[in-house]
Amino acid sequence: MRNRFADTFYELGKADPRLCVLVADISPAGSIAKFRSEFPARFINTGVAEQVMIGMAAGMAQRGLRPFAYTIATFALYRPFEMVRDDLCYQNLPVTVVGIGGGVTYSTLGGTHHAQEDIAIATAIPNMSVIAPCDPAETEAATRWCATQEIGPVYLRLGKAGEPDFTSRLADKFAFGKLRHLRRGADVCVLAYGSIMKMAAEVADRMEAQGQSVSLVSVHTLKPLDVEGLAAVLATHRQVIVIEETSSQGSLGTKLKALAYECQAACRIRCFSLQDEFIHVYGDHEAVLAAHGLTAEAITSAVSRPV
Amino acid sequence: MTAQRQAAKATRGRARNSVDAIAARWRCRAYRRRILEISQQVSALHVAPAFSCVEITDAIYHELMRDADVFLMSKGHGCMIQYVILEERGVLSRADLDTYCKPSGRLGAHPDYGTPGIAASTGSLGHGLSIAAGQAYAEKLKGTDIAVYCVLSDGECQEGSTWEAMMMAANLGLDNLVACIDNNDFSGLERMSEGHKAFYPLREKAEAFGWEAVEVDGHDGEAIVDAVRSRSGGRPMLVICRTVKGKGVSYMEHVPIWHYRSPNAEEYRIALLELAEGS
Repeated sequence: MRNRFADTFYELGKADPRLCVLVADISPAGSIAKFRSEFPARFINTGVAEQVMIGMAAGMAQRGLRPFAYTIATFALYRPFEMVRDDLCYQNLPVTVVGIGGGVTYSTLGGTHHAQEDIAIATAIPNMSVIAPCDPAETEAATRWCATQEIGPVYLRLGKAGEPDFTSRLADKFAFGKLRHLRRGADVCVLAYGSIMKMAAEVADRMEAQGQSVSLVSVHTLKPLDVEGLAAVLATHRQVIVIEETSSQGSLGTKLKALAYECQAACRIRCFSLQDEFIHVYGDHEAVLAAHGLTAEAITSAVSRPV
Repeated sequence: MTAQRQAAKATRGRARNSVDAIAARWRCRAYRRRILEISQQVSALHVAPAFSCVEITDAIYHELMRDADVFLMSKGHGCMIQYVILEERGVLSRADLDTYCKPSGRLGAHPDYGTPGIAASTGSLGHGLSIAAGQAYAEKLKGTDIAVYCVLSDGECQEGSTWEAMMMAANLGLDNLVACIDNNDFSGLERMSEGHKAFYPLREKAEAFGWEAVEVDGHDGEAIVDAVRSRSGGRPMLVICRTVKGKGVSYMEHVPIWHYRSPNAEEYRIALLELAEGS
């Protein structure tokens, strides 16, 4: 994901002199390094100083540039939170805040590096759009959208590396604010976004193996939510399962349940997310997700049991 | 007589060097009267913080800025002086100022981006210098000669973010960025020199961060203009303006309550006498 973002940004940046990238002492992946050497003036490293990274991005956008502020998700959103809120969102400026390693991607680095409430926080701010693509191809499409939109600030939540391909050959193209169906089924719908799509696909596989007809959907845009699309999902499936790598507070799951109440949906909704707690477990990404109760096996077994 | 007519009359005064100090004094007195006039319509107002940066703001608008240059009021609570100058220039209307802080108007007690003449939404302190640095950098990148003037409070120099911006502006060699600190020595609660002794010295701190820095009398517009015009360049410039909070009205000067209060009718009458045209 990170590399595809870099490749796409480099390609777009060659054509659009307004595109700039600000980083806060994070080593630029792949093509961003190439961008830096070719366009040194449009690459700014603010050092370990995220508040000025966001503030400067705001000022640059006000003077006609299109900055991307890029660092680890916790430092992109939490450390300079008031700059994100006031400078970017209150002033409604077209700046993309790229948060690398959303969720617990940085699994050995501990809670200081886990962006486990970023979706709740970013979606709570007026004017902010929030996108979390599920694979490299969707990251490319989302990056293109971010670089060309004039609506306002975006929080682009990326994983790290190694996400499998789900969308490159999909007929259903990326459209900002719209659900994207990776598979279409009739019984169960699995909703997910970001790099946990891999686990969501595995749950879908397991349920299909049990004889269910399963939809798998990328809810890449968390704000604005595709309310119509979600209402249609609720109306056409017997069971809807949300799998997300974020805290249950302010999650897609809680929003979906509220929507289901509004539209008097008859389906059963099951939500799986990170726990609302700091869990002191170190290991690979899967191990930390498992510590939060997120494994394909556990989810499949939970949803297969009658309640 | 309206503030505009006052200022126009004052502008015809005799010029001393490039800066007409007498005209500036007349203008600043008229601005203060206009701010007080507005203070009688609403209670939410920062009279004293605006009064301390009247001469700074006037010097920037009347002497230093060229048409395309940018003025950014980082100490958002000082924005009344900017509103009054924007009114004089026809950027804001008299109706805009008459509806200050009223539901029918568009001006609040802190400036909002999108309002004519306002370069950034401020009010939360410690944001303006980073934004100004971004604006200045963007203009350099675009190859223009646009300069950005930013007015900071001394209190917001307690914010770490201000020093992040100080460091970055120097790293980037932003010689098109001029910041003026309204150094009235008062934060909201107390005197910096009493409660936060390590806040000083300021000039040495700024120089250590790679800025060119000077200290001047912040109520002497000519001194501010001279300092900025004689800068050596290649670096961002900081003008530390020693000011008096509530400057111009004796009972407001150095009295913290005027950070928030509006004068009552009797206080208003006394203030106008002190700021009368002929005094």
